[in-house]
Amino acid sequence: MIIENQTQRGLRQSIDWKLIGCYLLLVIIGWLNIYASIHSSETTSILDFSTRSGKQFIWILTAIGLALLILFIIPPRWWEGFSPWIYAGVVFLLVAVIFLGVEVKGSKSWFEFGPVRFQPAEVSKISTALLLSTIMSQTGYKLTKPKDFFLTVAVIGLPMLVILAESETGSALVYFGFIFVLYMEGLSGWFLGAIGLIILLFITTLTLSPYSSIVILLGLLWLVNTFKSKKQFWRWLLIGGGVILLFSLLPWLWGLLTDAIQSRVDAAQNFIGPSLPGKDPHFRGEFLLRIEPVHLLLVSALASIPYFCIKAFRERSGALWLSIGVFIAGLLLIFSTDFIFDKVLQDHQRKRIEVLLGMKEDLSGVGYNVNQSMIAIGSGGLTGKGYMNGTQTAFGYVPEQSTDFIFCTVGEEWGFLGCLVVILLYVFLIVRIVLDADQCRESFTRIYGYCVAACIFMHLFINIGMTIGLMPVIGIPLPLLSYGGSSLWAFTVLIFIFIALYRQEKKYF
Amino acid sequence: METGRRTRLFIGLGVAAAILLGKIFYIQVINDRYKTDADKNAMIYETIYPTRGIIYDRNGTILVGNKVAYDIMVSPHEVTAFDTIQLASVLGVEPEFIRGKMAEYEKNRRRIGYQAVVMMKQIPAEVYNKFAEIQYKFPGFRAQMRSIRDYPVNAGGNLLGYVSEVDQGFMDSHPGEYRSGDYAGKIGIEAAREKDLRGEKGYHIFLRNSKNQIEQPYKNGEMDVEAVPGKDVVTTIDAGLQQYGQELMQNKVGSIVAIEPSTGEILALVSSPGIDVEQLADIGKHYGEISGNPYKPLYNRAVSASYPPGSVFKILNGLIGLQEGTLKPEYMYPCSHGYHFGAGHKVGCHGHKSPINMEESIMMSCNAYYCYVYRNILDNRTKYKSIDEAMDAWREYALSFGFGRKLGSDFPSELSGNIPSGKFYNKRYGKGHWNSVTVISNSIGQGEILITPMHLANFCATLANRGYYITPHIIKDSEDVRIDPKYHQKQYTKVDTTQFRKVINGMWRAVNSPPGTGGTAWVAAVPGLDICGKTGTAQNPHGADNSVFMCFAPRENPKIAVAVYVENGGFGATWACPLASLMVEKYLKGDTARPELEKRMKEGNLMSRVKH
Repeated sequence: MIIENQTQRGLRQSIDWKLIGCYLLLVIIGWLNIYASIHSSETTSILDFSTRSGKQFIWILTAIGLALLILFIIPPRWWEGFSPWIYAGVVFLLVAVIFLGVEVKGSKSWFEFGPVRFQPAEVSKISTALLLSTIMSQTGYKLTKPKDFFLTVAVIGLPMLVILAESETGSALVYFGFIFVLYMEGLSGWFLGAIGLIILLFITTLTLSPYSSIVILLGLLWLVNTFKSKKQFWRWLLIGGGVILLFSLLPWLWGLLTDAIQSRVDAAQNFIGPSLPGKDPHFRGEFLLRIEPVHLLLVSALASIPYFCIKAFRERSGALWLSIGVFIAGLLLIFSTDFIFDKVLQDHQRKRIEVLLGMKEDLSGVGYNVNQSMIAIGSGGLTGKGYMNGTQTAFGYVPEQSTDFIFCTVGEEWGFLGCLVVILLYVFLIVRIVLDADQCRESFTRIYGYCVAACIFMHLFINIGMTIGLMPVIGIPLPLLSYGGSSLWAFTVLIFIFIALYRQEKKYF
Repeated sequence: METGRRTRLFIGLGVAAAILLGKIFYIQVINDRYKTDADKNAMIYETIYPTRGIIYDRNGTILVGNKVAYDIMVSPHEVTAFDTIQLASVLGVEPEFIRGKMAEYEKNRRRIGYQAVVMMKQIPAEVYNKFAEIQYKFPGFRAQMRSIRDYPVNAGGNLLGYVSEVDQGFMDSHPGEYRSGDYAGKIGIEAAREKDLRGEKGYHIFLRNSKNQIEQPYKNGEMDVEAVPGKDVVTTIDAGLQQYGQELMQNKVGSIVAIEPSTGEILALVSSPGIDVEQLADIGKHYGEISGNPYKPLYNRAVSASYPPGSVFKILNGLIGLQEGTLKPEYMYPCSHGYHFGAGHKVGCHGHKSPINMEESIMMSCNAYYCYVYRNILDNRTKYKSIDEAMDAWREYALSFGFGRKLGSDFPSELSGNIPSGKFYNKRYGKGHWNSVTVISNSIGQGEILITPMHLANFCATLANRGYYITPHIIKDSEDVRIDPKYHQKQYTKVDTTQFRKVINGMWRAVNSPPGTGGTAWVAAVPGLDICGKTGTAQNPHGADNSVFMCFAPRENPKIAVAVYVENGGFGATWACPLASLMVEKYLKGDTARPELEKRMKEGNLMSRVKH
């Protein structure tokens, strides 16, 4: 920047230094925690290059080099122009890795060059974000046009499917984050809500039960109707709330009842006499045992649909009609999910989904990890045990303690306050990127900014959710904190392309 | 650019962050569980496995005992580089085996985590001693002592069941009771008495230091819990008799059930082909072979196979006729090679003198006689308004003998068999479209009647007791293991006890009449034992007739009741009858005076006749 144009702003104004500061803070926190997570009785230096903290130091230096390259050398305009090529190249790598890659932790998604491993899935977030921004910033692009809509879905879906084929379910899940981008760019909010509801019902049906799914669905509809209806607010709140509460408790109550019946039936069956073989003539309640709470729930729900139809017709209430429709659609979804899962899928397919959702292998494998990680975080308390004083992570109780489960070290050694700081830093990072993006006049930069924010958010929520037992264990790294070159480089490039693009805006406008 | 949408997403972001922080706050600050768990992580619990209870026979012979073996355990994350060749030579395996295992653990390291896994199961003590000497060179490897099952006598493979490592499905169906690596009884007595036999696991607590090495017992072992050995179980089985029965039944398909009538105790329960105890000891290796055998050795025919009983059922019809008053012992009925009805229909019979009375009908097993008896029961319109009603009344009698329902023994997988009701035939033929002729096959134990060998033995015990039975059972009451009081209660049938002696004389004559006088079971006679019995030849839609025999002895104060069912054995007198007689002789006299017969029975091979 030797010659400074009058209209150009200098480095100080054009670069979002707060964003870079936040980035550096997170990277350093990560590095310190990686060191803490692997330190054992033998004291090693944080810069010992045979350890992960030493290696991470190299990764950090190279990442900063990359950042400088993006900020000062590569012309920001290239990103938009080359995005189709970059995208095509990365998809090619994604496919190639299935055939040429090495298997790590059960998924074939890594290339290995000597000591260095590289995961194309990490890069494909960037290429997808770039191409998505390119397409969506074209003049005349409208999400509501079927052609544009399908193109958009294809751009997001293609790498996602290939990554799924590599068994990197976690990385594939991140692509759902692009829905937020579409939402910001005009996708109907109903669509977002519907997808959220479908995912929620799908997961609760499989992990809990169809019964709980129906109750959750009813509960959501009840909440919406309660707050939508102003006149009958109290009526909805009290009567509806009572009904929901009753159905929430029903399985428990029904369990008490059937236990009582079962003991009588058992007594009847154990009774052997020459005259009345096998039967107690005074008791004929066995049929009750075949009724399950879900039957009761279904019968009462279906029976009340006509009532709600009449109510909706009389009050000309669109919201109520919609609720009835949503309820029926939801029921169909719940039972088809349940049916397909139990009856149509074959054993090995079912097992895959169960492992995916963390339903199986719980006792011996994955469940052990989550339990250990929750113990590590939980034992940190409010203020933590102090840096380098953690026992759970350092002694190897927590698996993958420097990569996917790095947050455990934060939780154990820095306590709740440390977790709060880290999460707030991420929230700041995301909010800052979105706000910066919104200021941009170039749609490309704006949309790209949204993509970056969405990716970081998905990683943040899934990773931390996993360490505290909110999400199934699907190993994806915590951005900037987790050990590993692939991940650190990818997020550095992802973020710094945005900073470079933003700088270009600031420079000229 | 829509700020409304941005605001909404920011709210969503805030909610998501709040959910994460809320859960973190809950596990870090509110809930104490994770802090105590963190302490536990510094302690190591070493499981002490209890010895499993011993299974005895009725005379104190050990059927199932224990012997010591060792499992080689590996904690993959503690393993450092080691001399594979040396370890392999000590353990007596190929180095490739160990390399393969280590590669497998590396692949599954995420799943294994920090647990120890079993690398080799049940290595003998000699190998263990060699391993123990060099164990210090192989961190991460250790031996876990384990007691495994030992079978001193080859008796009751099918009864005993086996012990094997629990799988995920088993742990799921017994939540909280088992952990991976535990053993549990599967099928048979091992399964039925699992709760008594297994005992309670104990543990020793050790502290580990920051280097992850075990340092010392926690609080000097104050908190340790010792394992409680499993309770011994005494069975009602007579090991000698059981073994003898198995030898007799080799190369035949069928069962032998022997019961002590006065107590309902099962003396022998043979199902053939059966499982050899050698195979039980190492079930993992033999399971495929056993379950793939077309004769299904795992399937306990004595309680789980239902067959038509054949002529032995005539005794029951006779008793019912007597009780109903439609039959008197002195009634004479003719037989001209069978019972003729309608145009050219008949229930055939073999040649014997005619007419005969009831006692002779049992002795000679006349089919025609029981056609009269059965029709008189069903066509008794002075007592029953319709045939349905009569049929149901007849059925109630049969049920009171234990037929047509599960007897309620303590042995799992009992089948109930079938005794048809009036409703059953109404459904099949339509109400009013059937009569006593339609169901005439029931008179001689064919038709729709199905029973298990256990039912038959119980019936024979009921005859021996002159009117009651005690539910058959295989576990003896002992101080350690109490049994249900119902196994001491007499179950009376709906036939008066006075009626029984009338049929028993016929059974005595069937066996003890001199050859040539028409007794069907003279082969079974043993001088001085007073065996009373009844043959049966049950038609088998799948090939040659099944050979059936039941008997008890001695006539007064019977000590044993035996039922034998040989699939495709032909006449009752050919196989079942001598087999039962040998069993009785063995039990009452200890040995046989008929070595020729014994040899012929043991060597007889009927497997080629059996279709499966």
